[in-house]
Amino acid sequence: MFRINLYLCFLLFSPAILLAQHKISGKVTDNKKHPLPGVNVYIKGSYDGATSKADGSFTFTTTEAGERILAATLSGYQPLEIKINTENGEQLSIILKNAANALRVVTISAGSFEASDDKKGTVLKPLDIVTTAGAGADIVNAIKTLPGAQQTNDREGLFVRGGTGYETQTLIDGMLVRNPFSSSLPDVPGRGRFSPFLFKGTTFSSGGYSAQYGQALSSALVLESTDLPQRSSSSVGLSVIGASAGVENLSRDKKSSWGVEGDYTNLGPYFQVVKPKQTPNLGPEIIGTSLNFRRKTSSTGLLKFYGYGNWSKMGFSSPSIEYPGDMESYQVRNGNIYTNMTYRENLGKDWRIYVGASFSNNRDNITTDTLGKAQTPADIRVRSSLSQSRVMLTRNIGQFSAIRFGGEYQYATEQFSFNQRPFNYADNYTAAFAEGDIYFTPSFVGRVGGRAEYTSVLAKMNVAPRVSLAYKMDNYSQFSVAYGDYYQKPEPQYIRFDHGLGYMKATHYIVSYQRVASDYTFRTELFYKQYADLVKTVPNYNNNGKGYAKGIEVFWRDRKSIKNVDYWISYSYLDTKRDFLNYPKEVQPDFAATHTASLVYKHFFPKLSTNLGLTYTFATGRPYYNPNQPADKFMSDKTIDYHALGVSASYLTTIRKAFTIFVLSVSNAPGNKQVFGYRYSSDGMRRGEITPSVPRFIFLGMFMNFGIDRRQDVINNL
Amino acid sequence: MKRLLLSLFMIGGLATVAVAQSAQYQDAMSKQVSDLDSSGSFAPDALVAKINTFERIAEAEKTQWLPYYYAAYCQVMSCFVGQDKSKIDELADKAAANLDKAETLNPKSSEVACIRSLVASARLMVDPASRGMKYGMEAGQQIELAKTYNAENPRVYLLLGQSLLFTPEQFGGSKSKAKVMLETALQKYAAFKPESAIAPHWGEPYAKELLSKAQ
Repeated sequence: MFRINLYLCFLLFSPAILLAQHKISGKVTDNKKHPLPGVNVYIKGSYDGATSKADGSFTFTTTEAGERILAATLSGYQPLEIKINTENGEQLSIILKNAANALRVVTISAGSFEASDDKKGTVLKPLDIVTTAGAGADIVNAIKTLPGAQQTNDREGLFVRGGTGYETQTLIDGMLVRNPFSSSLPDVPGRGRFSPFLFKGTTFSSGGYSAQYGQALSSALVLESTDLPQRSSSSVGLSVIGASAGVENLSRDKKSSWGVEGDYTNLGPYFQVVKPKQTPNLGPEIIGTSLNFRRKTSSTGLLKFYGYGNWSKMGFSSPSIEYPGDMESYQVRNGNIYTNMTYRENLGKDWRIYVGASFSNNRDNITTDTLGKAQTPADIRVRSSLSQSRVMLTRNIGQFSAIRFGGEYQYATEQFSFNQRPFNYADNYTAAFAEGDIYFTPSFVGRVGGRAEYTSVLAKMNVAPRVSLAYKMDNYSQFSVAYGDYYQKPEPQYIRFDHGLGYMKATHYIVSYQRVASDYTFRTELFYKQYADLVKTVPNYNNNGKGYAKGIEVFWRDRKSIKNVDYWISYSYLDTKRDFLNYPKEVQPDFAATHTASLVYKHFFPKLSTNLGLTYTFATGRPYYNPNQPADKFMSDKTIDYHALGVSASYLTTIRKAFTIFVLSVSNAPGNKQVFGYRYSSDGMRRGEITPSVPRFIFLGMFMNFGIDRRQDVINNL
Repeated sequence: MKRLLLSLFMIGGLATVAVAQSAQYQDAMSKQVSDLDSSGSFAPDALVAKINTFERIAEAEKTQWLPYYYAAYCQVMSCFVGQDKSKIDELADKAAANLDKAETLNPKSSEVACIRSLVASARLMVDPASRGMKYGMEAGQQIELAKTYNAENPRVYLLLGQSLLFTPEQFGGSKSKAKVMLETALQKYAAFKPESAIAPHWGEPYAKELLSKAQ
């Protein structure tokens, strides 16, 4: 009995014996001996543990006896596990090492501005493009507020760092867009063809870009289309210049979607009220439509199709400079089709594949005439088509590094006729590229790549090396350098007359520093670009042109200092000269301004649910050709400085169940005089200013989106 | 005889250890969960400690969904009480990971869906202008899901009421509708019987507070 009692006693007291308390205490620091608060320190497999205090210290008791594993975890640091004996009662000192989290991993950034929702730390969001005042929801106009881009508003295209508009290529989902801008009239730039709402990511690279892209001497505008929509909806838009409507349908299983959209624009009535400088004699009228289809083929696979068709006609007549008292007419009828199909999938084992195909066709029929003078009007027909395919394989190596390689093939036809006299050619273009992003450490990356190209019309090959390095100093700051060779075929208007031309070449050198925090961004870049083998048209067509561009650019964006205000400032200094086309010597070209600056200001008034935007852009005068100057003073005259203030207000509301936005925007609100250059008569006696066709454009529109549940559309916590 | 007794006692001893284990879980959880009833637990530092504690319990237990659930709840709460918006995405990622585990252990949970809705709202806060569409929609979808899983869950009506109250009228918000919704929430709270002392039961005082604002 006594024994049994003993057992009983043992049993009764055993939990107490087993659960003897041991005190564990110590301090957690990082490898620079700074105390770390908030660390979860505990005995693995038990509840026993504590959270370190502000001074990094921790204390807790445990009933676990003997050798145990002590774990310490804190986000942003590598978790640590050490063996301790809980009975020793020693003072532990724990050191946690930085983990390679996304914030600390460096990415290649020299030369590129990215607008994306997916990635953290991007400079712009897709919405920023739409809400930039004065940009009129045009991607390229919004990009022009970033450093590196010129305010060349008398011709379409992105003129980047001393390059021409032709030197910038636009890509949608990796596929080249042959005609990214609407056909236009002389001195009236065409708008970008693609709505900013189509894209979830926009990368503007002003130099030093990846070997994935070729045939652009200066710049690449890389657009990434949206994935499946959140849900089905339909939309309607009405404005002073036209109307649009669209439907997006997401399937029940949320794995596929389709969308159709159509728009009609007629500037005729608007020009009845606001008389433009020139007299419209055709349209302007535009009919556009687009179709898209997306399908998730697996958890990682996505197939996308996008098709676009657009037909426009427009024409102006204006007083002739050549023949005083006569009128000159210029009319263009355009038809454009662009289609693009891409497929992405993970192949498992770190491999990913991308396949794309695209077809586009563009037709311009131009009739130009000095009314009553010429026997027959000049009839110009330009037709170009491009079929392309592209394959890229990516293999991840380790946690961060990756190699990419692939190839592309393009078949282009370029047809041109002047009064029925044809000048046609076709080109087969083949390219192969490979590049590797090699992480020496999570904060130091090198990208080494190259691209080889062959085009049949020039019957020449080129090999372009590209290298960039980026180093992240802390969570926010990074330093990058980039170097690369870039080749591009001469413009079709030169190749069609001389197939003996060779590639034009540019070499980029870029040094960049950026600091990106959640509420502000600072960035500065220094660049030098050397041009060689540019096309010259005198004495005959040759590749003897050359030039350079160098400069410094600064960008500052701040979302924090003023409540509900987001603003950015960019400044570019550009020193560039080139000898090309018919230039007698190396001079600053007529599309380059020495100083360019922009201020974009966005103020949201939550009570009024209204967004107010202001965009001010400035550029110093650009050189223009004055035939009355002697040859040694070629391009020495400069236009007046350029000032533009765009204002926009958008009011967000719901009408019945439709999410509705009213937009009022005014370009060049104060009506500043803007002169982009002069056009002279052939005897140099008379000249005409190149100015915007309307000094101030007023846009009023309304956009409604239906089928989106009110509550789900809400912007909480505004 | 002695041996038999001894082995009986041994078995008894083992049993008490097992009971002690689950009692330890109950004790620890009821203490931690009842702490959450007082507002002092929602100071930023206190929440960090709470998250750590629930994650320790979750890791030690591995088969209980509640510690994961509460860890996620505290993580999403620290998104709302914290001053630094740049930390929200990381906390939201962690909360989502904990909710995934909770959901595997306890599928089709109305409570988990409610927290998922809060996680979406937290992500939205980082950049309302460009995230409003995506996460606003997701927050709404998760509440709908929570309602289909359990229409009697008072937290569904609390979150709906909160959303109606804080949404500008232009976007469908409405004080009067919020009031009705919050009154429904309070009725549901009155009828709601949590499965146990440690099952989710939060929100009633907050619902009353919101209702006073909706008057």
